[in-house]
Order: sequence, then structure tokens, then C-alpha cells
Amino acid sequence: MTERIIIAGFGGQGVMTMGKLLAEAVMCSDRQVAFIPSYGAEVRGGTANCSVVLSDETIHYPFLAEADTLIVLNQPSYDRFRSRLRPEGLLVLNSSMAATDERIEAGAGRAVLLRIPATEAANDMGNVRVANMIMLGAYAAARGGVTVETVVGILQAELTGARAHLVDVNRRAFLKGQALAKA
Amino acid sequence: MSKGYHRPAVLTATPTHYCAGCGHGIAHRLVAEVISERGARGRTIAVAPVGCAVIAYDYWDFDCSEAAHGRTPAVATGIKRALPDRLVFTYQGDGDLAAIGMAEIIHAANRGENFTTIFINNTVYGMTSGQMAPTTPVHMRTATTPHGRNPLTEGCPIRVCELLATLERTAFLARGALNTPRRVREAKRFIEHAFDTQEQKKGFSLVELLSPCPTYWRMTPEEAMEHIDKELTRVFPLGTVKDWKAGPA
Amino acid sequence: MSSSRILTSGNEAAGEAAARAGCRLYFGYPITPQNELTAYMAKRMPEVGGVFIQAESELAAISMCYGAAATGGRVMTSSSSPGISLKMEGISYAAGAELPVVIINVMRGGPGLGNIEPAQGDYFQATKGGGHGDYRLIVLAPWGPQEFADMTGEAFELADFYRIPVMVLADGLVGQMMEPVVFRDPPRRELPPKDWALTGAEGRAARRVVSFYIGAGVLAEHCRKLRAKYDRIESCETRWAETDVTGADLALVAYGTSARVCMEAARLARQEGMKLGLIRPQTLWPFPKAVVRRRAEEGMPMLVVEMSQGQMVEDVRLAVEGRAPVGFVGRGGGGAPAIAEILAAARALRKKA
Repeated sequence: MTERIIIAGFGGQGVMTMGKLLAEAVMCSDRQVAFIPSYGAEVRGGTANCSVVLSDETIHYPFLAEADTLIVLNQPSYDRFRSRLRPEGLLVLNSSMAATDERIEAGAGRAVLLRIPATEAANDMGNVRVANMIMLGAYAAARGGVTVETVVGILQAELTGARAHLVDVNRRAFLKGQALAKA
Repeated sequence: MSKGYHRPAVLTATPTHYCAGCGHGIAHRLVAEVISERGARGRTIAVAPVGCAVIAYDYWDFDCSEAAHGRTPAVATGIKRALPDRLVFTYQGDGDLAAIGMAEIIHAANRGENFTTIFINNTVYGMTSGQMAPTTPVHMRTATTPHGRNPLTEGCPIRVCELLATLERTAFLARGALNTPRRVREAKRFIEHAFDTQEQKKGFSLVELLSPCPTYWRMTPEEAMEHIDKELTRVFPLGTVKDWKAGPA
Repeated sequence: MSSSRILTSGNEAAGEAAARAGCRLYFGYPITPQNELTAYMAKRMPEVGGVFIQAESELAAISMCYGAAATGGRVMTSSSSPGISLKMEGISYAAGAELPVVIINVMRGGPGLGNIEPAQGDYFQATKGGGHGDYRLIVLAPWGPQEFADMTGEAFELADFYRIPVMVLADGLVGQMMEPVVFRDPPRRELPPKDWALTGAEGRAARRVVSFYIGAGVLAEHCRKLRAKYDRIESCETRWAETDVTGADLALVAYGTSARVCMEAARLARQEGMKLGLIRPQTLWPFPKAVVRRRAEEGMPMLVVEMSQGQMVEDVRLAVEGRAPVGFVGRGGGGAPAIAEILAAARALRKKA
């Protein structure tokens, strides 16, 4: 099974961090993964995006014309990438900052839609920067394959010293996202 | 003290290819004397330029590298950073250092690279047959300034020591000349001090030497020596421009 | 969980592989899309007691490599296409002076300032000289972060073994993408002593590291020696990988990111009953002429796929020498070739063959 994922938002929403974390978590489960950060001029235009390809087999082709999953954190990203989502694909939407349209919601082959008010929930937790972790938790609830234990393990290795205290708020954000997805 | 002529131990017996009255032979010898006297043959690595002195290494009996034209300070940087305890120097002409290699010399100096540059300023390109150099005086005729260097179109001579003196990490900068015995002795003292600067890890050091080129100045060797005094020292004042030992100017 | 796998970009993987291979002298100048490599070396070299310099230009960086390599150290620089053009001066000098220097080119779109998309437009430059004079580089072509790491590590062995500059020719995607990487030791060779290195002439004759051979016939003799070395490399170091070529309808020929696109094209082709093999050169110089020729003798049509307007295809045609049809699909200006185009060209070529 191969899953092709696009993650997009505006610069500063932690899109790259989220993509890399997802890729690392998948790698920990011994599956194959390729992560492509978007780089260059388009990043500076305001929209940050990256892609993650997950598979049980060797990934030769790291590109994606069509995404199985689209995770968007703001409206411009939704507008830009919505057409790339395959019919009946999974859309994880930060509903605090983006709204969907007819085709995605009701058209033929409409998306499996997860509306997650990630920015509001992150603000409620006192740290708007963990909105990306809430989105990742929601994705994990829908697709599986990524556990809170794995994510915390990766964060513990990366957030050390003065940043070690951030592990807990990220853990709680991931769990919050899972809960919102299941609600 | 013996007053006879002795070839310094690290100066090879190979006859040089330089023109009669050229200053390179004197400068090569001074460098060789200083290295011989401090017993530094075994720890010296030189970088020869592209220009008349391209085969300077034929005349020196210590390890030598070449460099692409002007990249001499970059090659020396690579050598010195790899082997910080070796005595490393570049030997460069005015085209190599102040035209094509201006970026390399400024940045090596600015990083305070702990090597020494011997800069031969004869105000003309010799190897390629007498074209304008960045240090060519105004109105001097060369193959590429047949009516004389026009400051309005070709600019004015660059004073390298003064230019580098503005950089905080340069430790010793001095300008000497090779046209009289007294000046030659002074030039040797500059070279000794530059090597001391390096061996005491004080940072970048450079000795500029006004050097005669009778062939492309279209002069006799005697006239060329006089030209240094009469003309060049007015454009390029002699003496120490910056010295870490003297404290802040 | 395999703890030895780490998720890393090709650029950083190459930097780490270099450090592990004993590179202690790195000189570079920032340029996209290889900046992660320069930044990695800025952090990593001091950690291992090495030297990092952000040079004033690529011209200076490659000359710093010349000097550092002349002392016998393991030396690397990296850049991307426009920067590699500047390095060509020093690469020619290093080739002439037979200095082991590892040069990484993470190719972007060209000509000129071009763009920063992955591209393969520097094939000619890398394999046909690039700098002035009559020389060759060993050119290794990775198709992902793992191979980028492996080849960078091995580049140092090859460079020291043959006393030759080695280029690792990656592209923007191979440099930027992250995949799991395992760092492993390159096959170690018995390396010749560096009895030419400039270390100070204490107790020995003085040495010269030069590329200037002005005497009558001296340069000709030097070039003969280089030719003999290049011949040895051609017979011993040519590398390629073949996938499903035997029994295929035709063979795709591609390297780097193009080869990954070809793997997907081959997968889709199978769904329509067309069998596409892949010949993937891993050394671009020496080019795997023999395998291409052998397949051509079997009558296998070849479809060359490149992220350029057609460069490696010329080497394929030279190796094929008219024995089999050769087609080409390429895309200039950066970005991967479209799979639909590859499939269409494959169908057409199969019909013709």
C-alpha cells in the first residue's frame, strides 16, 4: 500500500516540521518513506508545502500528481491544492482558517473530510504553534500507522535542553487532534 | 662576518629566466635568505603565482604549490588551514594580486589568514608582454595603454597596502623597494618581520616590494632603478603601513 | 525499529558521509539547492576537528581545495550548477596536478542563473571536461539520499586511489528530498602513500604540486600518463545497475531522478502489457558503454530519459553505433520528465523496432 500526502499551510505554521515528523514516525515502523520539502521562490510567496510518500515497498517515484491525503492549514493552501486530492481522498482541514467548497463536500467522489479547528484548539492550549501537532494527531486518528508513543519518542530526541519542556505540550496537542478527529 | 657572496642554502643553483635588471631575482634571494637563516626549509610551503614568477619554485629548494591566476591566497589558505604550523607564503605580482586575485587577497587578509604574502609591484604585466597593471601609474604607456594610462577611463594605481590596512585582521603591512642596497636590506627586514608575524600567529602579513622591470618600462636597468625613486615612490610611499607590534595607529 | 536508519536529506547525508570518510577540510559558497550541505559542514567540521571556510567565491573555494589537497588531506567542496561553472577553473588545475578533491554538484536548471528546480543539464560539463584542457573526472550519479551518501564516501577512496578529482553529480531532488539513510563504510582500498604531498621538506627533497609543464614534450608525456590512468579507471570503475532488462521490449536509460521516474513509467507500462527495462549508469564517466553496446547487439531499442534537452543520449548513441534504435525524452529548464511522455515515446519506439 502506498499513500501520497500533501501538507500545506503558510510559512510559520510548522508544515515542514509536521511533514518530517510524520515521515520519521513512519520510518520508525520500518515502512518506506520519502519526504520532499518544497523549496525556493514559491515557499517565500507565503505558502509552505511538502509531500510525504509512505509505502510498504521501495519508493522509486517520490513525486505525486495526485494526493491520497491532503492536509491544509489555511485557505490559500486549500485553494491551491484542492484539485490535487484524488476522489474519495482524505482531507484534513484546519477549519479555524479554511473553509471547503461544494465539490469536496458533496460532489461525486467527495472527500473524506476531517474538519479540525486546530488553531482555536491550539490557542486554547496556550500555544498556537502546536496547531500542526493537532493536525498530525487528527491525521493519525484517521489513517493509523502513527502512534503518540512514536511521536513523543522522536520529539524527546530532538527537543533537548531548554526546549525539553515543549515535548509535553506537543504530546497533548497530538492527543487533542486524535480526540477531535474521533469526536 | 664573511662579506663574500654565498648562495643561501634554499636558493637553487638554477639560472633564472628573468630579464637583465629584473627585481624578481633579488626578491627570490631575500626570501631564500630569510628562510635559510631561520632554518625553516623543512617547514616552509610556498605558493607561486601566475605571472613572470610562475616557476619561482625552480629557484627555491622547499615545498611549493602553484595556483590558478590570482587564486594564490586561496591556495595558501587551504594549505595553512590544513597545516597551521607550517610557514606558508604566497609570492605574487601586481596582476595576480591586485587585478584577477583582488577578491582572494582581500578576503584572505580579512579573515586574518596567518600566512605571508610577498607582493612584487613592478606596475606592469611582464609575462604577457607589457600590459597595464592595476598599479600602473597614470600616464604610463603600456601595450594596452599606448597613449598612457588615462585616469578617466582606466582609473588610478591601486595602493594595496593602504587598501588592506583598512581591514581589522591584517597584522603587518609594509612597502619596500629593491632599487638600492639600503632599500634591499630594509626589504629583508620587512620580510623577516612578516615571517615573525606569522610564526607568532598574529595574522595576515604582506610585504609589497617596488621592483624594476626595465624591459617593459623600456629603460636600462640603471634608469629603472632611478625610476623607482623618482616616480614610483611618489605614487607608492615606502615604509611600514601597519604593524601589530607598533600598537594601534 | 532499525535505529541505524535516519531520515535525512541527500545534502546532509552527503555531508555526514564525507565526515565519516575522513573529510576534514571543506570549502564552499552558498547556492540553492545545496545549502543544507554547506550548513551541515559548518556545524560538522568543527565537531570532528576539521576546517570549514565559507569562501568569498566558488573560484576561491576550489582553490582552497587545491591547497588543502596538496597537503594530503581529504578535501571537499560542493555547489550547484552556476557555482560549478566557476569551479571549473580550479577543477582543471586539480586534474592537471592530479589532486584528489571531491566535488559535489547538486544540479539546478540552466543555462545562466536558470532556476532552482532539479535538473540534469550539467552532464556535458561534468563528463566532457567542463574546464579547459584534456582531462577527465570520475563522475558518480546517485538517485537518492542513500546512494548520495554511499557515493560521497566512496568518492574519497576513488580520489585517493587514482589521485584524481571525483565529482558526485546529484540533482536538486536527490539533494533536497529526505529518505531513510544508513551510513555504511565504503569499500576500503589499499591506498598508495601520498609521497607527493606538501608537508614541509624536512629531511627530504622539495616537492612541487603543479599543473604547469612548459618544457618541450613534458606536457605531452604528462597527458599520456593521465590517459593511461583514465584507461585504467574505464576498465575497473565503470558502474551501472540494470533492472528487468533481459526480455524487455525496450530499455530505458536514465540516471539520478530521471531513473526514478523511469521506474514508475516501467511499472505503469506493465499494466498495459509493455515491458520496459532500465539501464541506470551509476558512473557517468566512465560511461557504461559496454553494457549499452551489449544490449544494442541483442537488438534492444533504447529510450534515453533525461532532465535536459539531450546530453547523455549522445553517449548512448556512441555506444549503440546504430545497432539499435535510440529514442529520447527530455525536459529542459528543470523538473522531471512527464511519465505520459515516456510511455508515449516507448510505445512509438516499440512499434518502430
